[in-house]
Amino acid sequence: MNKVLGDRRAIFLLLGPALLVYSLVMLVPIFWSMGYTAFDGGILTGFTFVGFGNFLKFFNDPTALNATWFTLRYALILTVLQVGFGYLLALLYTFRIKHASSFIRTIIFFPVVLPTVGVGLLFQKLFEAAPTTGPVNGLLNFLGFPSVDWFGYPEQSFWVIILLDLWRSMGFYAILLYAGLVDIPEELLESARIDGASGWRLVRSIVVPLSLPVLLSSLIFSINGTLKVFDTIVALTNGGPGNSTTPLTLYMFQTSFAYGEYGYGSTIATVLTILCLLVTILIFRSTRRDLTKG
Amino acid sequence: MTGCGGSSSEGDGGGGGSTAEAGTFTYLGQNENTTIVDTLETLAGDQCSTENEAAKFTPDAIPGATWDQQLQLLAGQEGLSDFGMAAGTPSLMKQFIESGQVQDISTELEEMGIEDKILPAAASTIQALHGTDKLYALPTEFNIEGFWYNKQLLEDNGITPPETWDELVDAAAKLQAAGIQPFSASGEQGWPVTRLVGNYLMRDLGPDALQKVAEGEAKLTDPEYVKAADEVAALGQAGYFGDAPTSIDYDTSLNLFMTGKAAFLYMGSWATTAFNDEAQNKIGVDNVGFFSFPDVDGGKGSSDQVPANVGIPTMFSSKGFDDSTKAWMECIVNNYGDTVLKDSGVVSGFKVENPPADLPETTKLVQEQIANAPSSVLWFEALMTSQATTVSQSNGGGLANGSVSGEQFMKLVQDANQG
Repeated sequence: MNKVLGDRRAIFLLLGPALLVYSLVMLVPIFWSMGYTAFDGGILTGFTFVGFGNFLKFFNDPTALNATWFTLRYALILTVLQVGFGYLLALLYTFRIKHASSFIRTIIFFPVVLPTVGVGLLFQKLFEAAPTTGPVNGLLNFLGFPSVDWFGYPEQSFWVIILLDLWRSMGFYAILLYAGLVDIPEELLESARIDGASGWRLVRSIVVPLSLPVLLSSLIFSINGTLKVFDTIVALTNGGPGNSTTPLTLYMFQTSFAYGEYGYGSTIATVLTILCLLVTILIFRSTRRDLTKG
Repeated sequence: MTGCGGSSSEGDGGGGGSTAEAGTFTYLGQNENTTIVDTLETLAGDQCSTENEAAKFTPDAIPGATWDQQLQLLAGQEGLSDFGMAAGTPSLMKQFIESGQVQDISTELEEMGIEDKILPAAASTIQALHGTDKLYALPTEFNIEGFWYNKQLLEDNGITPPETWDELVDAAAKLQAAGIQPFSASGEQGWPVTRLVGNYLMRDLGPDALQKVAEGEAKLTDPEYVKAADEVAALGQAGYFGDAPTSIDYDTSLNLFMTGKAAFLYMGSWATTAFNDEAQNKIGVDNVGFFSFPDVDGGKGSSDQVPANVGIPTMFSSKGFDDSTKAWMECIVNNYGDTVLKDSGVVSGFKVENPPADLPETTKLVQEQIANAPSSVLWFEALMTSQATTVSQSNGGGLANGSVSGEQFMKLVQDANQG
């Protein structure tokens, strides 16, 4: 094996096809798109060079800034909730319902495998206010409260989206973090218990530090996934009401493909990429110290 | 149809069924619109059978939701079909015209001596949309818009069809007090609400109100423009569009009206197909009345300027416009109007030579309105950019549920229209 991997030609032969495909379908479009950021116009009207004009436009475009704010707020809140609830569920699987947990794990994981569009339609019906009253409003009416027009107002729509994504994704993070928790050696936990640590103390001093690497991966997964949210929002609110639930990805899609402005659309995509990079670096940096300690 | 005109060597790189092929007359339409394709198929088997033998009618369809996006891509690849539905946004059509993708058919119609087959009102609507005095599309549909009302509900509440905006608002208040939802409108689509803003503007400030905005002489954020949006927002704040209008889709809005749950419906005359269908229309076709968008007191416009549109007209691509396509065009212009009226009850912008004897009342009413209207006006977003159109229509629901004020709405649309 060593002999094969020591041969440059063999390495080239093994890596070449994958590298070629990767370059063609990933790298070329990325750089192509970067190139577009310096141009204005579309395929029909032709392209004109504008330098950094598109970036200036982005920072003066209230819709783009709203979309950025929505994206950040959504990503932050959903990451805290889905990783938080995922971790709580993982703790529950590991320490409370150890052997019976596989059934509950399956139930909670189930929404992950459902198609997004289906879940979007399901939630639309659940929270429907008109022409028929959905189960949620039905419950509110039963308890004596008036129906709420969940998708008619920005704030309500935002929380329905959060709820949908939380329901859909916490099972995934629970499994991911559970895998990290079962790796903690039983002897360590046992000795901590002998030393008198239990409950919250055990979690804080033993479980959290030992599961920090997998927790960190979950955070990075989650923040990058949520910053790039697209399908759930398109299926549930399509960015509305108005553009109040439009994330950067949807705005980028509309700008490029509905308005035909490839340059500006690419600029929005580039800003989103930079945002993802910055947030990932930030998470890495803020946890580096803890990692070395743990 | 590149083969028929002797230009078969011209290769086209685009795949898919929509690109021009030798010996065929390709047509691309929207999945949702079956009227045009059905009528063309009837023509292919009947009046246009000779043309069909020379170049076989080959239809294809894609979803309307991504129509403009797909057309842009096809045009970019020189892959537009010989004939097809035009771009949904007039501003995109203008781009097609400027880049030479779409055929100017006015000269050909004149040469064939059939330019009078197209109703002047329909031709001028298309020309106004495309901002040119040439004709780049055929009016396969011609619609007027206005308020349809439930005669019974109005009569029961002692209301006569309103002639002024104030009367309309009073009627709405009266109906609401009687526990009847005054207006049915799809806030999900948005346009049935933004149409009201545009029409109010044209009644109040005159038929050129939106032309001035397009030319930069006026802004939607000017106080006299904001007033129109405020008036519509006030209807929303009063709850006249019912509970949760943003959840109401197009079909539901029609359904609410046709089941007697709402008194007024602002809609185009294409809805007569549904009104004439007894299975859908529970209130009965005789119970459906129509009045033009009312006057605004002291306004410069007038209610005989009927809001009109040509639906999505149909265009010929420059690339596929050869002799056999021209033959097809001649046949379509000569026969489409009669066939579509007879088979589908749709009023088109073509002159009807042999009107069917048993037309439904609502269709006759539409024809009368078209014949009696001295001039027509376009809709709110007709002269706006794609982005402003999207922003306007996605905020229409906000006006209807009262969550967006007139000022906010006009600012959003004005900002988007400036790009």
